[in-house]
Amino acid sequence: MQPLGRRADPAYLRRDPAPSRWQYRMQRLWLTPVFRGLFRFGGPVVVIGLLGLAIFASDARRSAILQSFANLQQQFQQRPEFRVSLMSVEGASRDLSDAVRAKLALRLPMSSFDLDLAALRAKIEALDAVASAELRVRSGGVLQVLLTEREPVMVWRKDTGLELLDKTGHRVASLIARADRADLPLVAGEGADRALGEAMQVFDAAAPIASRLRGLVRVGDRRWDLVLDRNQTIRLPQSNPIAALERLLALDQAEKLLDRDILSIDLRNQDRPALRLAPFALNEARAAQGLAPSAGNNL
Amino acid sequence: MTDLYQSQRAMRHMRRAAMQRGVVAILDVGTSKIACLVLRFDGIEADREADGVGSMAGQSRFRVIGAATTRSRGVRFGEIAVMNETERAIRTAVQAAQKMANVRVDHVIACFSGAEPRSYGLAGEWDLQDSVVSEQDVAQVLASCDVPDFGEGREILHAQPVNFALDHRSGLGDPRGQIGNRLACDLHMLSVDASVVQNLLYCIKRCDLELAGIASSAYASAISSLVEDEQELGAACIDLGGGASGISIFMKKHMIYADSVRMGGDHVTSDISKGLQVPLVVAERIKTKHGGVHATGMDDREMIEIGGDSGDWEKDRRQISRTELIGIMRPRVEEILEEVRARLDVAGFDSLPSQQIVLTGGASQIPGLDGLASRILGQRVRMGRPMRVQGLPQAATGPAFSSAVGLCLFASHPQDEWWDFDIPTERYPARSLKRAFRWFKDNW
Repeated sequence: MQPLGRRADPAYLRRDPAPSRWQYRMQRLWLTPVFRGLFRFGGPVVVIGLLGLAIFASDARRSAILQSFANLQQQFQQRPEFRVSLMSVEGASRDLSDAVRAKLALRLPMSSFDLDLAALRAKIEALDAVASAELRVRSGGVLQVLLTEREPVMVWRKDTGLELLDKTGHRVASLIARADRADLPLVAGEGADRALGEAMQVFDAAAPIASRLRGLVRVGDRRWDLVLDRNQTIRLPQSNPIAALERLLALDQAEKLLDRDILSIDLRNQDRPALRLAPFALNEARAAQGLAPSAGNNL
Repeated sequence: MTDLYQSQRAMRHMRRAAMQRGVVAILDVGTSKIACLVLRFDGIEADREADGVGSMAGQSRFRVIGAATTRSRGVRFGEIAVMNETERAIRTAVQAAQKMANVRVDHVIACFSGAEPRSYGLAGEWDLQDSVVSEQDVAQVLASCDVPDFGEGREILHAQPVNFALDHRSGLGDPRGQIGNRLACDLHMLSVDASVVQNLLYCIKRCDLELAGIASSAYASAISSLVEDEQELGAACIDLGGGASGISIFMKKHMIYADSVRMGGDHVTSDISKGLQVPLVVAERIKTKHGGVHATGMDDREMIEIGGDSGDWEKDRRQISRTELIGIMRPRVEEILEEVRARLDVAGFDSLPSQQIVLTGGASQIPGLDGLASRILGQRVRMGRPMRVQGLPQAATGPAFSSAVGLCLFASHPQDEWWDFDIPTERYPARSLKRAFRWFKDNW
């Protein structure tokens, strides 16, 4: 009584054929989490690893791949969009900008990938006359260097020659003749650059006698001597030199002390300033007191 | 017998392993269909100690994540007749359920309806050593039950302690820690044909699965379709299956009797097939679509197309009235129910305080069956459906799935059986070795 022709089976006649033993086992294996993980992740990783190993095993192939990669990189970096063909130096005098150009010695045009801006900046800032520098590659292939120059505030006389110092005590440049920068005050002595701030304060305080002032001498790298014309010397104390100087200036204003025939004024001891008279004045003073001229002193 | 005892213990270990893995399959090997459910257990055994069963009758612990059913092949009267066919059917069901659950299942808990179950009531007594009942005393009283001669080639499927009595106090659930002199217990033992169990075991092993438990389907369908007070007060569950109808009687939440009638819905189908001269498939369709057991005047006018493919126009165009169909079905259904009545009478169901009868199983869906059953079995008959468990598909909530659902409950919360208790000391080999060692230490 089985139908000969095909007929749509109704729901109650639906066949559900049994899976074969192998089909059943494969399904169970596939439902095992460890196997599934190995198949999905471990298998591809192993295959890719073996492929990579096979390709990179040959030396020639490896170098060819690296070469082609390097070529590609170079081609990209040499594109005109990345070419730097000009350098502009701003914020500096002509001499300094020439010095910067000479120092960098860039062979333009070159790719912006080859410019190590941090190294270039360090190179520029190694110049004494440069306080700080900013470098940037602007559009249009321009390497822009923005400089801030050091401002000289003082001339320092050393054994080897004259040098200009900025307000931090850093060297700016050498000076051939003092007369070239007569507007700047002069300091001398070992370690004068390190105490430059104090020196400037002393110069400010000594403004009333600026016309007579010749310079400051650092003594023993600890205190200052103020040198005036006629070889007059004012020895300032190590601590609190400004107050001592102001006291002396007040005395000078009242008694015209510095106009007298005095060689040096020693202010190192606060309680007892000492004057050293010139020999002639000394003898005059002794004579006025009815004493014999000082012996052994033929200054 | 110790053999089976050991194998039942091994199954309990397997069940524990399955719980730890969290996935277990339920297999209901029936005559008309084989159903497979895949359960996932989330919170395993954690709150087991705290309270007896737990929330929602212990079924909040698991969830059905895969369900499949297939037409059964090679099973007759609830017993495996053709091994290869049955193995293929089990494979089909398990594969489909695994596919739905998307998880691999290794442990399976199975039930079957046939194999001529026989119930025995056992009693044992034990004089307590000291007046407090210990675990060892429970083991001893269980061991002292005198086992009847249940025949060659039969095995014990269930052996559940039903009642404990201490001196004159009876009805104790858990006698441990109580004080008395004499401990007695009643044990319900169910024996089945050994060859049927072995066939099932072999089929399951051929499917690369491990058996983690085995139950009678009469028992399984009763625990899913009897409500709690029916189990407590006493009720009989009739599982009308395809090839066999299981009977189980519950009292005080314990099964006290189980039996099976080797007749079922398939016999009704074959009657229709023979009576109307149609193939079994068509007979099954006519039964499920138009079947019934009460003829009314309306049914005389309701004509059923039988159809056919023989090529003979007269034969293919036959029509019968529904009354004729009912006339074929009713005698067979009455025969089944009368056979059930006879079994219940033998079991002494009349003397139980409550006479509740619950009909479940696929064949209980015949319209009008409750009227017929109440005429034969007694007034208090109701139709039973399995309780709802989480995640069960709508298609598997009918009475045909009551044994599968009952097996889910059995898997999540099995009743204590004989093999769950301690082994008495003198029968325990490791303990005797320890005693020998102690004897050596004392005497040398």
